[in-house]
Amino acid sequence: MTDITATSAGSAAASPGRTLVGLFGAAGPLIALILLMLVGALMSDSFLGAENLSNVFTRSAIIGIIAVGATFVITAGGLDLSVGSLSALVAGMTIMFMNSAAATLGDGWQLVAAGILFSLAIGAFAGFINGFMIVRGRVEAFIVTLGAMGIFRSVITWLADGGSISLDFSLRDAARPIYYGQVLGIAVPIIVLAVIAVIGELTLRRMRFGRHVAAIGSNRHVAFYSAIPVSRVRILTYVIQGLCVAVATVIYVPRLGAATPSTGLMWELEAIAAVIIGGTALSGGFGRIWGTIVGVLILGFISNILNLTGFVSPYLNGAFQGAIIIIAVLLQRDRAQG
Amino acid sequence: MALLTFRDIAKAYGTVPVLKGIDLVVEPGEVLALVGENGAGKSTLMRIAAGLAPPSSGTMLLDGAPAPASLHAAERAGIVMVHQEFCLAPHLTVAENVFLGREITRGLFTDRKAMETRARDLLAELGSAAPVRARLRDLPVSDWQMIELAKAFARQPKLILMDEPTAVLSATEAGNLFARMRAFRAAGGAVIFTSHRLDEVKAIADRVAVLRDGQIVRVERAHDISEDAMAEAMVGRPLAEIYPPRRGAAARKPLLSVAGLTAPGAVEEATLEIREGEVLGISGLVGSGRTELFEALFGLRPAKCASFMLRGEKRRLPAAREAWGLKLAYLTEDRKGKGLLLGKPLAENVALTSGAIAGAAWIDRRAERRGLEAAVGRYDIRTGRLDVTAGALSGGNQQKVLIAKTLGVEPDLVVFDEPTRGVDIGAKQQIYDIIAGLAAAGKAIVVISSEMQEIVGLSDRVLVMRRGRIAGELSGEGITETDIIRFAMGLEEKDPQEEASH
Repeated sequence: MTDITATSAGSAAASPGRTLVGLFGAAGPLIALILLMLVGALMSDSFLGAENLSNVFTRSAIIGIIAVGATFVITAGGLDLSVGSLSALVAGMTIMFMNSAAATLGDGWQLVAAGILFSLAIGAFAGFINGFMIVRGRVEAFIVTLGAMGIFRSVITWLADGGSISLDFSLRDAARPIYYGQVLGIAVPIIVLAVIAVIGELTLRRMRFGRHVAAIGSNRHVAFYSAIPVSRVRILTYVIQGLCVAVATVIYVPRLGAATPSTGLMWELEAIAAVIIGGTALSGGFGRIWGTIVGVLILGFISNILNLTGFVSPYLNGAFQGAIIIIAVLLQRDRAQG
Repeated sequence: MALLTFRDIAKAYGTVPVLKGIDLVVEPGEVLALVGENGAGKSTLMRIAAGLAPPSSGTMLLDGAPAPASLHAAERAGIVMVHQEFCLAPHLTVAENVFLGREITRGLFTDRKAMETRARDLLAELGSAAPVRARLRDLPVSDWQMIELAKAFARQPKLILMDEPTAVLSATEAGNLFARMRAFRAAGGAVIFTSHRLDEVKAIADRVAVLRDGQIVRVERAHDISEDAMAEAMVGRPLAEIYPPRRGAAARKPLLSVAGLTAPGAVEEATLEIREGEVLGISGLVGSGRTELFEALFGLRPAKCASFMLRGEKRRLPAAREAWGLKLAYLTEDRKGKGLLLGKPLAENVALTSGAIAGAAWIDRRAERRGLEAAVGRYDIRTGRLDVTAGALSGGNQQKVLIAKTLGVEPDLVVFDEPTRGVDIGAKQQIYDIIAGLAAAGKAIVVISSEMQEIVGLSDRVLVMRRGRIAGELSGEGITETDIIRFAMGLEEKDPQEEASH
């Protein structure tokens, strides 16, 4: 699936595909992941155990799903900083909805289905508003989503009255399988992530829509002059991002059964970091979902290794993520210039 | 002794020569005008003199010594340039702009009062009463030009280079500038300026140098050369044999008739007819509204019109994507900025527009590859491998990819905007053949070009634009470069002064 000839990421350089450097650049994140896993295996005996790996994958699924949406946004030359707060808002509102709808829908699968639809609707709507403000209102994506980040976070804090919003205990059993369930021995979140990643990769790489997303990120004027519906596609990337946040939240809610003002804190950093580590161009024009998934796993394993070894305090996890995102962009820049 | 001497100066960008063997001398106390068609090399020569671009070969002397090679060194040596595009800071005040980088200081702090007083004097010398404390962004563009000029004079230079200084000035303001230039000349200063207004050149310049294709073809004292003689020298050379043979004039059916098309700030009340099987040339100076006219027509910029008749049916102006669906295609002049995705593979570029109009949701890569192979054969796109990015090709081959991309939607009307810009002579001829072939196949063709020869060589009919209006129409044997220039520069009008004050 690695389209090696497309790695020049919008730069005017000739295709670097067949050169060793180009190949290394394309597979770079994968090599980093393998090296990281070797380090993990050397430092901890339990690292390569099925339980630990499954645990890391499951935990990474939530950020991974959000990061798939972020790959679309960033490939189109946009940015969405509001994903973490949106996730908290969707979680809180969905829990409130389920608690109050339980009287009419009962505590079975109907309620869970209604809850899922409800959160998807909120996610899509919030994404649409973000996209509409950015595209039609012509406000910088950075500003719109920074504002939205503050708004969503403070609304959920207000709804929760500073505390937490909990799913009624009687309902938790119905929602539980979404996070803790398994199909053929594989945790549900991993399956959901895999499905979304495959759909995302095919959409971005093989469908007209994905072509247009990359064209807009590569050069918006060229896209406009090439009869591409630029505004519609740009707004849709934010809607996709909102939907991905909603799906991730649906998986997240049963894990703790509650939403708090700190739900989803710094998820935007992790999601954007995963996208950039995966080789998607921060300035837009080239994106790859499989790279994003590799990026998410790199972040997940770093956190895991910190937890397992106690070599460095896990509290410094955010510092590692922050440093990695800067280094990844630094490497991207050098590649573009070279 | 000569102030500035160019000796065998040549300049090339990549392999494209822009200036060839320029020999020119500027004396102190002299106003020298550079005239020539767009792309003749005037701005490049000015940039070299200002230290902004090094010449590829040749020597340049200032006061007999090697001339400074950087902008800052040139400024220190007394050469300043007034750019066509403004180099001003919109958020600073007028006085701050005039003294930008040369602030008058008292102790640690800038002396605002002194700068304001001095700026007011400098502007008054140019007949401008622009408020020195106002922020630049609040002032009209003609004030900006005056401030740019005041900034240049504030440097107390020996030589001022002015690129189209009067382009945005009214007749009165231009008159004030000329008075200032005369005073500067009387004090021993020298000026080199470019202008498209030949009447101005005649009025203010001591000498005129005519540039054509990067060479100086004629240098005369201003009172020894008429405006018409200047225009002839700018174009005067026989048409090369690279143009396809002319087709006989036939009665041609109109495809598109537009009346009263207005795009705010760019095009006013344009009325035109585009016919099947005909090449319609659009000429005029840069900024005369040529590109904007067709962008307005195809929904690429806001506009309104009195009537829009396509294939005999009245309808409203199409929106951006609608125009493509109506088989109206626009091939942009800005190949890198608006035409091609330089970092993407050729096949993707060729299929981009047609795919966006009528492509299936799922991309058929094999079909795209076949489309590219067909385009490579048909338009003679020269590339070693087919899987390279568009940016890896030469200008001419990029242009052919852009043509393949645009014609991929099989349009009935194609607007070629500067189809041969930055293209070598061989590719040029091929592009002309493509254009002629389309016209012969009954397509309606529009060619917008700054190259007068191209317009004359290709067109069955020509519209000349001037300041957003269609200034004149020429057809058949009546298409001559001299007539085009006369329309484009407004020489046909009885009273250019009155026209200038609009």
